[in-house]
Amino acid sequence: MEKTVAIELKGITKVFGDVIANKNVDLELYRGEILSVLGENGSGKTTLMNMIAGIYFPDEGQIFVDGKEVVIKSPKDAFAHKIGMIHQHFKLVDVFTAADNIILGEKCPKFDVKQEAERIRAEHEAENKAFEEYKPEEHTGVLSYMKAPKFHKPSETKRKIAALPFVKLGRAMKFNWLARHRADEVQKIANKFGFQIDLKKKIYDMSVSEKQTVEIIKVLYRGADILILDEPTAVLTPQEIDKLFEVLRNMKAHGKSIIIITHKLNEVMEISDRVAVLRKGEHIATVNTSETNEQELTEMMVGKKVSLNIDRTEPHDAKDRLVVSGLTALNEEGVKVLDDVSFEARSGEILGIAGIAGSGQRQLLEAIAGLYKVKSGEITYNDPNNEDKPVDLRSKTPLQIRNLGVRLSFVPEDRLGMGLVGNMDLVDNMMLRSYRKGFMFLDRKSPKKLAETIVEELEVVTPSTHTAVRKLSGGNVQKVLVGREISSAPTVLMAAYPVRGLDINSSYTIYNLLNEQKEKGVAVIFVGEDLDVLIELCDRIMVICAGKVTGVVDGRTANKNDIGLLMMGKSSEENEAADNETQAIKEDGIDE
Amino acid sequence: MIAAFLKSAIRLSATFLFGSTGEIIIEKGGHLNLGIPGVMSVGAACGCIAEFYMVRAFGTSAPFMLLAIPILVTLLTGALMGLLFSFLTVTLRANQNVVGLAMTTFGVGLAGYLITKMQSQNFIIITRASKFYLNLFNLAGNDNWFVKIFLSHGILVYIAIILAIVVQIILSKTRVGLNLRAVGENPATADAAGINVTKYRYVSTCVGCAISALGGLFCIMDYMGGNWEYILEGYGWLSIALVIFTMWRPALAIPGSFIFGGLYILSSYIDGVTFAQMEIINILPYAVAIVVLIITSIFGKKNVQPPAALGLSYFREER
Repeated sequence: MEKTVAIELKGITKVFGDVIANKNVDLELYRGEILSVLGENGSGKTTLMNMIAGIYFPDEGQIFVDGKEVVIKSPKDAFAHKIGMIHQHFKLVDVFTAADNIILGEKCPKFDVKQEAERIRAEHEAENKAFEEYKPEEHTGVLSYMKAPKFHKPSETKRKIAALPFVKLGRAMKFNWLARHRADEVQKIANKFGFQIDLKKKIYDMSVSEKQTVEIIKVLYRGADILILDEPTAVLTPQEIDKLFEVLRNMKAHGKSIIIITHKLNEVMEISDRVAVLRKGEHIATVNTSETNEQELTEMMVGKKVSLNIDRTEPHDAKDRLVVSGLTALNEEGVKVLDDVSFEARSGEILGIAGIAGSGQRQLLEAIAGLYKVKSGEITYNDPNNEDKPVDLRSKTPLQIRNLGVRLSFVPEDRLGMGLVGNMDLVDNMMLRSYRKGFMFLDRKSPKKLAETIVEELEVVTPSTHTAVRKLSGGNVQKVLVGREISSAPTVLMAAYPVRGLDINSSYTIYNLLNEQKEKGVAVIFVGEDLDVLIELCDRIMVICAGKVTGVVDGRTANKNDIGLLMMGKSSEENEAADNETQAIKEDGIDE
Repeated sequence: MIAAFLKSAIRLSATFLFGSTGEIIIEKGGHLNLGIPGVMSVGAACGCIAEFYMVRAFGTSAPFMLLAIPILVTLLTGALMGLLFSFLTVTLRANQNVVGLAMTTFGVGLAGYLITKMQSQNFIIITRASKFYLNLFNLAGNDNWFVKIFLSHGILVYIAIILAIVVQIILSKTRVGLNLRAVGENPATADAAGINVTKYRYVSTCVGCAISALGGLFCIMDYMGGNWEYILEGYGWLSIALVIFTMWRPALAIPGSFIFGGLYILSSYIDGVTFAQMEIINILPYAVAIVVLIITSIFGKKNVQPPAALGLSYFREER
């Protein structure tokens, strides 16, 4: 069968500020195929797809749909070209039924006044004609006589009444009416593609997988022929993934073209016909899945190992600074987010924490910082000045912890939510740590000095120290936060994804800062997602999976494969068996 | 006695019903308009001024003009206030609570100013027009209890009830209603679905304010018999409380407003209450609203919650 090109990208380039998200990407998608777009976090997969879906507009390059060049400026344009994208964050109204969500915003059959007038006029003329052509001799029978047009005397009045605004309104209302059986129409489409879902259910009663199904049906209902799924499997259980793949194959059989963004290799091999590999915004190659293997794909995806050149000094005089033992915590649903976590953070050492996003990293750090309620377990802090008197940190508020003389710094994952106040300026944000100082009035001088130092030393790009933090770029916000936390001369520094969203230079500034702290004898806990960085930077790496510690490895001897396996909850003995899979879960974070 | 009590409860309830029907339309679109008392006051004041000129021009010989023109003026004034509110909150992105409270203060003050200005003339002549509001479709005099309680009112009471039903149907049964609810629940989703969030918010706020303003005119021309009194602010707040009481359902607002009306006049139908007791009884509607809010917050299912995006402005760039 001759393959026809559904969509073609030529020389697509997209730049955000200084960061090149996509550089000269060429891509082809055929009708009736499943194409995987494979790449690490930040390789520009989502950006590229967003340009097809109309969220972003490419700086350079052309997009062809069915061989014709098109301009896609908004999701609406994308829909006009029958392109639909299913985002990671579902766009659904919680209190509506699935069916209502699907028909939402659908253009109701337009009540066109002109068209309506035309219709009435035509009707009128037809009646007139029938009346004129009426031949009584043809209507001899009683019934026939009754039906004769002379009883339907074409009247000008009827035409006028139909044109009255009231009647127009009524007709408009009729088109506006939500049919009682509107769910049935949608259900038909769902059944056609083999979705098993009750569309009369409210969204808030649905599981993540069901919500995703609703999103897919929504796109199909609007007549999309090209579907883009952004990491659809990230939130699903293995069984749900199987179900999803079945549906995808079904859609393929119906002639739909599907692009699936993922960084899981096993899924790529399972579902796709071809694979396009992106690396650092560039298109490396597109290969047929049947002609490749996971090893080859990994090499294309990761490229040559990048040497990071992070100066790692040997830790000296390492003492247990923070000892956590048997820490268990539950989330709101009563599910264990931390399960018997035990480890120690040593002074003068960087402890890395690796794991698939959402494995309990956040809860662990928040529990230590006194922000997350712990069910059982111990958190003990050893004061460097008072070694033999350990302090119990469990179930203390951040203020109590500080009053105990524990110098704990926390760089949370959610910078503007937990770390800084977006609407306040740099100086005021500095003051969040020192607002208790000063007699009667706030001491504003030292925070200002601190803000100026941070701006200067960390090269924060800001108009002044009195600019609202919200207005700074992500990297600069992060520098301000890290700078403030370090300035309080901590003995324990916890940083969650401190380089997320930062360009390479800013990332290195942060790494160097962490290293500096380490050399000062601070116990640094670093939660990262880039395994290369973790291996280069950390002295020890603790791997957690679903709230459990699956292993602690030495940063100097560790390799990515081992860590990858531990992240999946497998011990290194199973290494051989699941060697290939390792690559797939090489890194699993949230693609922002 | 009971019939008389119920009758006047229902009569007063139209004020609340207009107010809360309007506010429900506004809130379903995601706007929390605390300016309802102001909108009611200004609407009523402008309606009364229109009434004054109509009476002066036509005397009592043209009932249609005496009814239609003031109602139209009131609707327009309300819509203008709604336009002001939407302009400030949607276009200029001001905080909805602040704008709403400012509009209440502004509206009550402006209405007071206008009425004071007018009263130097022979403003009292508008009481002459009151009977047209009272007597149209009024079946008083019939002995049937149902007619006595429900059908012996002025025309605006019926309009209020019909309007609430119509709004309920539009909200739950039509595409426009579905879209409006989506805008109030999740504007980003609505936007992505191709719904013009700005347009929906503007229109719903203007229509809602226009309907609320009618409550003010009713209160003065029908309930007060054409005598201006500075009571609309309290009635406006009660209308907003009624919205919470009825869990954002116009159809429920009909019995809800009857209850509020009943509670409000209860003190005058109980013998021998002191002034202090009267004040306590007058608190009841508000207390009931708070209790309902507490109950629904604790036991509430997801579908009786306020619109999820209520009070939040929506800017597309921040998605």
